[in-house]
Amino acid sequence: MNVRTISRLFITLVLGASSLLAIPAVAADEAADAFIKRVSTEVLDGIRADQSLRSGEISRIITLVDTKIMPNVDFRRMTASAVGPAWRQATPEQQKRLQDEFKILLVRTYAGALTQVTNETVVVKPMRAAPEDKEVVVRTEVKVRGDAIQLDYKLQQTPGEGAGWKIFNMNVLGVWLVETYRSQFAQEVNAKGVDGLITTLTDRNKANAKKA
Amino acid sequence: MNVNRQLCHVNLAGLAPVLRTGLMLLLLALVGCASGPNANPRDPLEPFNRGVYQFNDAVDAAVLKPVATAYQTVTPVPVQRGIGNFFENLKTPWSFINNALEFKGQAAIASLMRFAVNTTIGLGGIFDVATDINIEKHTRDFGHTLGYWGVPPGAYLVLPLLGPSSVRDTVAVPADLMAGLLTYVDNVPLRNSLWALGFVDERSKWLKASTILEEAALDKYSFTRDAYLQRRRNTIYDGNPPEEDSQDMAPATPDVSEPLEEEKVKP
Repeated sequence: MNVRTISRLFITLVLGASSLLAIPAVAADEAADAFIKRVSTEVLDGIRADQSLRSGEISRIITLVDTKIMPNVDFRRMTASAVGPAWRQATPEQQKRLQDEFKILLVRTYAGALTQVTNETVVVKPMRAAPEDKEVVVRTEVKVRGDAIQLDYKLQQTPGEGAGWKIFNMNVLGVWLVETYRSQFAQEVNAKGVDGLITTLTDRNKANAKKA
Repeated sequence: MNVNRQLCHVNLAGLAPVLRTGLMLLLLALVGCASGPNANPRDPLEPFNRGVYQFNDAVDAAVLKPVATAYQTVTPVPVQRGIGNFFENLKTPWSFINNALEFKGQAAIASLMRFAVNTTIGLGGIFDVATDINIEKHTRDFGHTLGYWGVPPGAYLVLPLLGPSSVRDTVAVPADLMAGLLTYVDNVPLRNSLWALGFVDERSKWLKASTILEEAALDKYSFTRDAYLQRRRNTIYDGNPPEEDSQDMAPATPDVSEPLEEEKVKP
């Protein structure tokens, strides 16, 4: 089934999102793989401990995302990259709307799966990167019941900000989030322009909210 | 965990002759297909594929999804798990062979061990004992093996009922079907019942997830396509594919993220 092939990605994408759920402690610039390992572990523990999040309270999930995930993500860069060339033509107001709506879309989409976290563990694979690399890829595996779910991150150095790293793309089972949304957004922008994309996202978010 | 087409192949074993004919017709039909405007270079048959996609979606909405929902509602969870394990176990020998064809000794042996352990101690595959004792899954199909040895995927194809595929993976489908153990069940009613049960079991695992796809994708067709192509390429390179020419991914939209990415990301 076409639906099946892709759908499993989402469940696991959530594990990815969830592994970002943590406030970086103190900004001693740690190595990128150590950063991912620490954050992943804290996040999984955090979800397990939060009963009202696990019972699916959406406001609770959104709060968690805002306070704990977003500080570790360069979401402006993610949105810009997903929107493509049209981003440069967009006004600051449009750019803000795009970021807001894209964020809601992602949060709502993955909220359900976030509540399913049980006894997963995260293994960070050995990393090959020079200390001076401004951007690196950290590869991890989420172990669930005999399966190893590939979960990779692209990070950029942000010296003196946050934990010294920010995530700007994520890959679940080999599928990059930004690349996948890039053609989704391009279709809309080509047909209806930036405002058309904003409208589509807004409508979709409203529809998703009703279903929930 | 593998997101697998081959799951269906095994489960569809009862349909093999029908499918073989269907696939031949499909390939004939493709010859006459034109590509639409703004075509993705990897999807020259998009208008045709969209048609098949809609057909699959309609079948799913009318039959598969309701049946799978009912199945999930009435069947006790342990029974569901046992049935799922049973069908999962049936495709392990084919994974063994394909791992061996890719010269992956360790993965091949693990597959063989899984089958041996689950078929015996796991009572015909109903209990997944192999997972409990940490023998890893390495699910492989024949399209994967072809890709591993350098056969390019060719155009993206959506197959009736089977879903996303490519020319290469479609060519591999008959081999996967022949390798489905259910093909060798002689009792036809039993075989068809098992096939149907396998299909329902498979669909029921994805009920929640397919709802998520509805919510996340602006266009389900292209979302599914782009994810499938990335995913398939990723597994063929064992989770570490070389960086692609970004043109492949998004022909009309070069990366313009801010700040400008001047440095290539190094893995």
